[in-house]
Amino acid sequence: MSTLDIGLATNASGSLRARTTGAFRTRRDERRYWMLLILFIGVGLLATLGLILYKNPVPVDSPSFIPVVKRRLTAVVAMFIAALCHSFSTVAFQSVTSNRIITPSLLGYESLYSFIQTSVLFFFGAAALVKFTGTGAFFLQVALMIALSLILFGWLLSGKYGNLHLMLLIGIIIGAGLNAVSGFMRRVLSPSEFDLLQARLIGSVNNADAEYFPIVIPLVLVTVLCLYLLSRKLNVLSLGKDVSTAFGVNYQANIILVLVLIAVLMSVSTTLVGPMTFFGFLVALLSYQAAPTYDHRYVLPMAFAIGFCMLTTAYLLLYHVFRAQTVVSVIIELFGGIAFLIVILRKRSL
Amino acid sequence: MITLRSVRKSYGDEVRIGPLNIEIPKAGITSLIGPNGAGKSTTLLMIGRLLNMDEGQIRVANMDVARSRSNDIAKILTILRQENHFITRLTVRQLVGFGRFPYSRGRLTKEDEAIISKYIGFFELTDLEHRFLDELSGGQRQRAYVAMVLCQETEYVLLDEPLNNLDIARSVQMMEHLRRAANELGRTILMVLHDINFAARYSDRICAMKNGQIAAFGTVEDIMKPDLLSDIFETKIEIIKGPYGKIAVY
Repeated sequence: MSTLDIGLATNASGSLRARTTGAFRTRRDERRYWMLLILFIGVGLLATLGLILYKNPVPVDSPSFIPVVKRRLTAVVAMFIAALCHSFSTVAFQSVTSNRIITPSLLGYESLYSFIQTSVLFFFGAAALVKFTGTGAFFLQVALMIALSLILFGWLLSGKYGNLHLMLLIGIIIGAGLNAVSGFMRRVLSPSEFDLLQARLIGSVNNADAEYFPIVIPLVLVTVLCLYLLSRKLNVLSLGKDVSTAFGVNYQANIILVLVLIAVLMSVSTTLVGPMTFFGFLVALLSYQAAPTYDHRYVLPMAFAIGFCMLTTAYLLLYHVFRAQTVVSVIIELFGGIAFLIVILRKRSL
Repeated sequence: MITLRSVRKSYGDEVRIGPLNIEIPKAGITSLIGPNGAGKSTTLLMIGRLLNMDEGQIRVANMDVARSRSNDIAKILTILRQENHFITRLTVRQLVGFGRFPYSRGRLTKEDEAIISKYIGFFELTDLEHRFLDELSGGQRQRAYVAMVLCQETEYVLLDEPLNNLDIARSVQMMEHLRRAANELGRTILMVLHDINFAARYSDRICAMKNGQIAAFGTVEDIMKPDLLSDIFETKIEIIKGPYGKIAVY
């Protein structure tokens, strides 16, 4: 032991500063993180104010102000929920799969959503699709999506050949299959019916119905809190199965727990605002740049701040400033898709 | 002591490993050698509970590996494989700090920090401790991973081909570090090695495997015999005396 102690003494005197293991490499990185976090939250809040107040004909002190902003508030709450769901689920999903170019959409939530919507229209007609809203339909869809993922996880992760990548592959194949079936059904629709369906199949916060909020908000907040409390475990899980097991973490059980939480978030978000394939990916990608740390306790809030800022700013600009009623998710998908290609092509930064 | 009792594992009908019966004593370095497909890594992974066995029992320090709580095992035994996902934006110090997870569950105390510094110093990584893993050479990264598992301060350390992809200088350096870990820190190290001469130079004991069976187990003197090694590797192997002990020539 004596030689070791001498070695340590010289090391310690060589660098006299206290040696600690923070989440960030340098104080500068840490300061930059907090500044960016405050910046994104600030811009997000400003954009929220803008969304509520900008070009609002009714003054704030008028008694009819609250009823007037109600519709805008609904959209803002939907953005909050969508940002929370996509940011947390994508970052957690990328960590447990140790892969930064995939999103939980691969598990087929969006295909199942569009399959359900299309088949309601196909089998029961336009009147049924218009009526296929409300708490019952909402929770039926959420339950179906969670059930699909539970079957996938239960079947493919707990068996003898428990393998995350096999599960992803099967998820993609199921998604492709569902897409093919709904594509076939869409072909035989009349143009007016198709138009009705198309509005549901492109994600938009204006799809959201405030009726669901009393249940959706607590559900999402509790799930997100659970994921956040798992941050330290997520840090270890992202090192892979072997290292996690060596550290005494039950990999299988924890992976399934995380995936179930992700399934809840993705199902709620998809049913509430519709599919947004690349949004989570874009948010996760930017948050890794803005939070230069492995630690999920810092990456997750940053991802949410970026997601919320991105959604509110995009809606404010497109709806109220440029008066372009283009669906925002189309724009986000466009940027997300381009960012995805850039990341794939510059493989080094994965 | 690591004890294997009639441990079996089969992959299909063709490949069968076991029944393995062996007692690997505490302290020192034991190397597992043998041709490809002999079952060395499988055996190591089963001891390290990364792979389930079909039959039998493995006890490490009197704990049943398959039945004890994983977190309890993590305090007496650790295992490192040759390939690891590496995360971006993880510094050497943060990686080594993960080794304290079984004790601190991610909340590092002052004692943890001192232990982390100790192992970073032990593996001569002090100057690199704030580098990200993707800014290191392969040899440095390998050392950082080994520092991480030693930082777990378990009595038993299992390493799967720790010299994989290292050049001669890096390999010698790694083995010197492991030798010191065994001598100065009293660790019991069990590792899979491909190079017989590295095994002979730095191990206390060698366990040779062939066709899923333990072909021979003993001190370096016992194993470094031309007939025995020629038979195990199915290649003509001569043993000559070198300045640091016996050398296998093939």
